[in-house]
Amino acid sequence: MSGTPSLMESLFQRTLDDLIKGLRLHTPTTTPSLSAFISKSLTEIRRELTSTTASTKSTALLKLLYLHSLHSISASFATFHVIELSSSPASKPLAYLAASLLFDSTTDVLLLLTNQLRKDLNSTITREVSLALNALSVIANQDLARDLTGDLFVLLNSSKVFLRKKAILCLIRVFDKYPDSVRVCFKRLVENLESRDEGVVSAVVGVFCEMAKVDPRAYLPLAPEFFRVLVESRNNWILIKVLKIFARLVPLEGRLGKKVVEPICEHLRRTGAKSLVFECVRTIFGCLSEYDVAVNVAMEKVREFLMDDDPNLRYLGLQALSTVAPKHLWAIQENKEFVIRALSDADVNIRFEALTLLMAMVCEDNVVEICRVLVTYALKSDPEFCNEILGSILSVCSKNYYEVVVDFDWYISLLGDMSRIVHCQKGEEIEDQLIDIGMRVRDVRSTLVRVSRQLLIDPALLGNPFVHRILCAAAWVSGEYVEFSKNPIELIEALLQPRTSLLPPLIRAVYIQSAFKVLAFCLHCFLFRKDVTFSFLLGSLSEEITTGSSDRLRNAPSGDSDGDGSYYPRSTLEETEYDIAGNGEAAGSSHVHTPLASSKSTKSTGDSIRHILNIVETTLGPLSGSNDVEILERVRNILGLVMMIKQEFLGTSSQEGDDNQGNNNNASKIINLMHEAFSEELGPVSISAQEKVPIPDGVVLKQDLEDLDLIYGDIKLPLSSSFSLVKRHSLENDSILTLENYRKDESETEGKPTALSEHRKRHGLYYLPLERKETSDDYPPANDPTVQDNINADTENLAKLTEQSLVFKKKANTKPRPVVVKLDDGDSRSILPKKQEPKDDLVSDAVRDVLRGNEAEPSSSSTAKEPDRASSKRGKEKALVDGSGDPLRIESSRSRDKSSRSKHHRQNKEKKDGSPETGKAKSSSRHGTRRSKNRAEGSANIAVQSPVIPDFLL
Amino acid sequence: MIRFILLQNRQGKTRLAKYYIPLEDSEKHRVEYEVHRLVVNRDPKFTNFVEFRSHKVIYRRYAGLFFSLCVDITDNELAYLESIHLFVEILDHFFSNVCELDLVFNFHKVYLILDEFILAGELQETSKKAIIERMGELEKQD
Repeated sequence: MSGTPSLMESLFQRTLDDLIKGLRLHTPTTTPSLSAFISKSLTEIRRELTSTTASTKSTALLKLLYLHSLHSISASFATFHVIELSSSPASKPLAYLAASLLFDSTTDVLLLLTNQLRKDLNSTITREVSLALNALSVIANQDLARDLTGDLFVLLNSSKVFLRKKAILCLIRVFDKYPDSVRVCFKRLVENLESRDEGVVSAVVGVFCEMAKVDPRAYLPLAPEFFRVLVESRNNWILIKVLKIFARLVPLEGRLGKKVVEPICEHLRRTGAKSLVFECVRTIFGCLSEYDVAVNVAMEKVREFLMDDDPNLRYLGLQALSTVAPKHLWAIQENKEFVIRALSDADVNIRFEALTLLMAMVCEDNVVEICRVLVTYALKSDPEFCNEILGSILSVCSKNYYEVVVDFDWYISLLGDMSRIVHCQKGEEIEDQLIDIGMRVRDVRSTLVRVSRQLLIDPALLGNPFVHRILCAAAWVSGEYVEFSKNPIELIEALLQPRTSLLPPLIRAVYIQSAFKVLAFCLHCFLFRKDVTFSFLLGSLSEEITTGSSDRLRNAPSGDSDGDGSYYPRSTLEETEYDIAGNGEAAGSSHVHTPLASSKSTKSTGDSIRHILNIVETTLGPLSGSNDVEILERVRNILGLVMMIKQEFLGTSSQEGDDNQGNNNNASKIINLMHEAFSEELGPVSISAQEKVPIPDGVVLKQDLEDLDLIYGDIKLPLSSSFSLVKRHSLENDSILTLENYRKDESETEGKPTALSEHRKRHGLYYLPLERKETSDDYPPANDPTVQDNINADTENLAKLTEQSLVFKKKANTKPRPVVVKLDDGDSRSILPKKQEPKDDLVSDAVRDVLRGNEAEPSSSSTAKEPDRASSKRGKEKALVDGSGDPLRIESSRSRDKSSRSKHHRQNKEKKDGSPETGKAKSSSRHGTRRSKNRAEGSANIAVQSPVIPDFLL
Repeated sequence: MIRFILLQNRQGKTRLAKYYIPLEDSEKHRVEYEVHRLVVNRDPKFTNFVEFRSHKVIYRRYAGLFFSLCVDITDNELAYLESIHLFVEILDHFFSNVCELDLVFNFHKVYLILDEFILAGELQETSKKAIIERMGELEKQD
């Protein structure tokens, strides 16, 4: 009955070629469509898989595999058929291939494969053994690894070299899944290190290289073996792997460095293979950098790399430099031309590397020049690299409380310049730093206010959404430190200009709040400090009119081209100024200035105040119906103040500037209070301040923030193409810092929430990052980045400057560095050491135990009852273990006996204290060295860690 | 250690994908998509190394095919670059003047060759001759 259909099937079954050709004929648009064709084929495959003929089945499986791997069709329904096919010799390769592609450690039928695998591992046909090993290396889970350890152990001694190699490599997976297998296989693995076949040694070294990643200390006792390989082998691949192992071991054991540095230099001089050269260089730079001879040899090679035409080598050369940079700064200095040239390389990888190197050179003497040149580079770069440059400038300069910055005036101006770069997307960072510096560095506040003013009065900047955050900081700074402002009136006008409607509501609220502060300041000056301030106010006002209008002249063309009504504020601005200056006739053209303000009169000061109030009223009046509560609240506040002042103060004593009687009224009291509240200084807050706040009763705090994943779940991760080689400045800390600061601020200002605190609360921690999309604003950029300097000039500049700055270590500073407020406990940014996986510990513990077993003195073992246990548990393996030598068995058992083990450690430790130094006698007696090292490193370490080994066999 | 090896054409169709670390299927597709996007637009004058998540991808382009190896960040770039070339030479020898269609129609054989070349994420054989001989034996027995 089943004979006919199966014959039919095999005759008319579609082959893989048919399937592929079919797939190529069908596209998603043809009829029948590709998906229809695939589902039809899948139905066929399902039917064919149940066939009784092995060949039909395997063809079906092959087709399924094709669909699975290239069209990502789920093939989980076929797992059982894979097991079926694995027993047939003809379809074995396919079945094992399918297993390695379809199975994972959770596949339920995996255990059904155990027996087949064991049979094949013990087969006399090498092909079958090889296929089984291939599959095992991919699919082994804990059960498979446990059950097949014994069979692998046999294969480690196979006479066929390529099988041995495969078995060795298979151990990587098996050790990982079942750490106890280390106890069985480790000794033979080490023995294979002495094999004459390069492939076998290569495989063993590969396994150790992989294992040593987790806990290199456990492998220190094997250092002599690795050393022998290092000296004797001429195979580049083996040498590279051995070097990698030593790169992990040397930092743990200083004497090892002295030993290996010579052979490594030897290889470096001898070899022509770039890969080996680079590995030697990397090893020397990474862990042997205190050996000057070696570093010099390596530097020669690096220079060759840097001069090579191959971008790969140039890149690796730069990378090598950056590893050595922290210890040997001269290495970069000597090659600075290459580094700087690399800044304009075509490949972005190389540019990033060069940037990192350049930033590593920064110190307080050259920071100004380096930043200047980098900013000109940033102007010419594509947006991504531009922001990378800006980001690294920001993070390097702000590192450790602006350690490298001496001249804060310069730095603030730099921040201002950076804000005007078209591609600049570092708004948040600049915002944070402007505010942070304002709070930390008292001496720089006047500059800060000046720079902020320049940003605020430029209407063009308002059109660029990336700058909004910076403007927010500028507005806040201007409001907070208004006493440094030369021209508060102009400030109010800038803060209230119509183009502020382009700002997001929260930032606009900050603007309004700042205007509020400035207004309060003006009124306070007007009322209480008349004698001093009015001359100041008006005197500077007349200056400002000249400078201000020259500013405006500069900006005039852009304003014209805009034509969206932004020109309007300027005309009002001018009018007001002329009024303020007491020049009532309003001179015909804005180009003519007759600063009559020197003839200051109380009338004009009264007028100026009235004008401020008028401006506030006219610009903010329409906003009193705003939909945004933040804006609404602040507008109401400020309008309320204006109303009160007008009624109570200007209303009564209006026509005359003589307003002495007003001093005692309500308004002045309020103004006074307000001024006091605002003049309260804001300072930085320690990061740990939050911890000092006691948790109120009834508040349940979650330990971890796993819920955040839910909230942030829909936020896309940064695209991996825009990776960054430079570590981000720890913004989180800063934002917390400022946030807390504002909390404090809130309580200080008698519970009155400032706009900024509200805004920060939303922006700082829980506010989603701004959309980083290219916006095309028709308003021309404020600062056209058409810098004409060519790259060569910059390159020369930078080369020169690095030379200078690195040669003359100390330059006489013209002015002393201002005090930067730091908080002592603010520095403690502890990073918790990453916890190691318990499983990894198991592997290295097992290794330690085995190694210790190899070297142990007979006196220190208590093994009486152990052989029985081992034999009863291990079954088949036991015989093999017995054959291979005692230490292994002693070893595997001893680990189970914790008490005896810790005693053993203590013994070892004591011995270590008394043992003579055997390091120098190494070449003569390798084993002696190994033993002493073993005792010195291995056992001491075990005693410290005292790992727990769960016994899988019990 | 090699995390995965990918063979993709310029359009992003994966022709071979072998993972030496366990990954979910959906994750594999994402990885394939991302790696393709990383390498496909790079200029031939650029380096053959790209950082990829916390690893790096060493890739090489042969006609319309990209061979990408994902390795640890500390691994030796140049050695793996050479090994890609070795793998291509082996394929070329085995299929005598290999082209993309050979790899499509014989995808299972490509996997077998790869298994003789790399096992458990480590290179197991660096001799081209040895691998070709081994494949010859396998073919004979088929």
